[in-house]
Amino acid sequence: MEIIMSILAGILFMAGTYLVLSKNMIRIIIGTSIISHGAHVLLLTMAGLKTGAPPLLGLDASTYTDPLPQALILTAIVISFGVTSFFLVLGYRTYKETGTDNTERMRGTDSYD
Amino acid sequence: MTNLMIWPILIPLLTGVVLLLAPKRVLFQRALSLIAGVALIVLNIFILLSIHQDGILTLELGGWNPPFGIVLVGDMLAALLITTTSIVSLPILLFSIYTIGKEREQFYFYAFYQFLITGVIGAFLTGDLFNLFVFFEVMLISSYILIVHGGTKIQLRESFKYVLVNVISSAFFVVGVAYLYAVTGTLNIAHLSERINSLDSPAPILTVIAVLFLIVFGLKGALFPLYFWLPASYTAPPFAIAAIFGALLTKVGIYSIFRTYSMIFTHDIGFTHQLLSILAALTMVIGIIGAIAHQDVKKILVYNVIVAVGFVLFGVSTMTEAGFIGAIYYVLHDMVIKGALFLLIGAMVIVAGTSHLKEMGGLIKHHPRLGWMFFTATMALVGVPPLSGFVGKLMLIQGGIEAGQYGIIAVMMVTSLLILYSMIRIFLKGFYGQIKLLKADQYGSSKGLLLPCAFLITVSALMGLGAEALYPFAESAAKTLLNPEIYIDAVLKE
Repeated sequence: MEIIMSILAGILFMAGTYLVLSKNMIRIIIGTSIISHGAHVLLLTMAGLKTGAPPLLGLDASTYTDPLPQALILTAIVISFGVTSFFLVLGYRTYKETGTDNTERMRGTDSYD
Repeated sequence: MTNLMIWPILIPLLTGVVLLLAPKRVLFQRALSLIAGVALIVLNIFILLSIHQDGILTLELGGWNPPFGIVLVGDMLAALLITTTSIVSLPILLFSIYTIGKEREQFYFYAFYQFLITGVIGAFLTGDLFNLFVFFEVMLISSYILIVHGGTKIQLRESFKYVLVNVISSAFFVVGVAYLYAVTGTLNIAHLSERINSLDSPAPILTVIAVLFLIVFGLKGALFPLYFWLPASYTAPPFAIAAIFGALLTKVGIYSIFRTYSMIFTHDIGFTHQLLSILAALTMVIGIIGAIAHQDVKKILVYNVIVAVGFVLFGVSTMTEAGFIGAIYYVLHDMVIKGALFLLIGAMVIVAGTSHLKEMGGLIKHHPRLGWMFFTATMALVGVPPLSGFVGKLMLIQGGIEAGQYGIIAVMMVTSLLILYSMIRIFLKGFYGQIKLLKADQYGSSKGLLLPCAFLITVSALMGLGAEALYPFAESAAKTLLNPEIYIDAVLKE
């Protein structure tokens, strides 16, 4: 199971990298959120996907899954949610202000001398 | 008094929260930020002295014993860095009161300034790798907002790139944490250090993870070849914001490399630290090429930030006591002097009305104090003996000789000379030479701008003159880093 999940994370990273390298601003933002998905999936996988009860003490199971990575992922998810929403608004404002969503046209006009 | 270690984080955090409540009352915002700044300096100096007296201070948050809970660790390195952070952030705050403009002030500028300091100080104090990630994000999200604050076209354009680079490096950080957790099963820095150092034959995967963390922190700290985002994004925001970025943000990345490469990843020094020293040398070279190539005063200064990253990381890569002491001296000096130089260049651009060297000249006639302060700061940056840059470089060279890295020492010496060239060019062309300003502009006011610069230059001079007094602090910080057992014993108490 870990191998399948690792391959999935790899595919997510691949797709995210491809999107981040494109010119369109919204594709870049989607790419970053796919990369964060990949990172979260990897975090879950790396801690081990051994079978066990959900980490709730009321279940009285003999083994539980590792609760720590779940807490880490929860933290990472809200952080990336906040950053992504900021990033989307930033992209929108940049589009309004510069009149383009093509990153090729977002170069500076300042000369390099 | 056991809760002492939480206060450096709580003071800016609570101040920021209170500042959110009354955004339109500018006078209240200014006064409260200044009071909080002074209180933070006093508190941090008190913490520094008590750590000097009693050894490492720890605080187990929530009363859970490490490695199960989050622990805040105040060792000497962290204490020196938080003290310098608070000392540097106060004059920059003063400068921003004069220059940032009412519109920005009414839009939560001071609150985000406080949150930025919260993130930086938290990153220095934490003893847990994931908590370090969270404090990185606190710092970065505040910096995203400060870099775009005001919303001019150039700021929007450059902050899009800045946010993108940092989002990706944060994803890498999560991946690094995931791998490290899979291999060791812990995230507490002391516990990690203990587990990895107790291995008889460390797995090669640990070296891979070490390089992954080098990529993450190198992206935050602008290490070659991951520095490409820095020049454009540090020249976009107003000077007060660029100053706090130049003084603090890259230093957090450097500190994280310092911490991880001296305490956790010491199992394969031959590879990891050799890589670090080569990258440090290339960082110096690439930074100085940029500093010489540009005619824009902002760009010259920004590339000098990159050079300093190379100097400090070279000291870390030597793994000798002298090299570590040198790196600690240099990072403290660099925080102060980069803050001072950003403010001085800011004042210079404000009085000259342009940031291009070809368009300015003869400023010394009407602004002699600004001119001579700039000259002093340049000398301190280069490392002329009575000022603060000297001791750090001297110890770095000694550490390099002990580690046998003669080639990199040569690069460092040549780079120092070229730093002098790049900065003195600003002095000669901008302050001397033909007066190019219109008559009406020649008396452009530098009122209030010089006080914060003078404060920082005084601090720099004191650090140079009082190097003897600072030495025991730097020495004990280096000892803790070279002997992680001291840190592990203090945190795990076994």
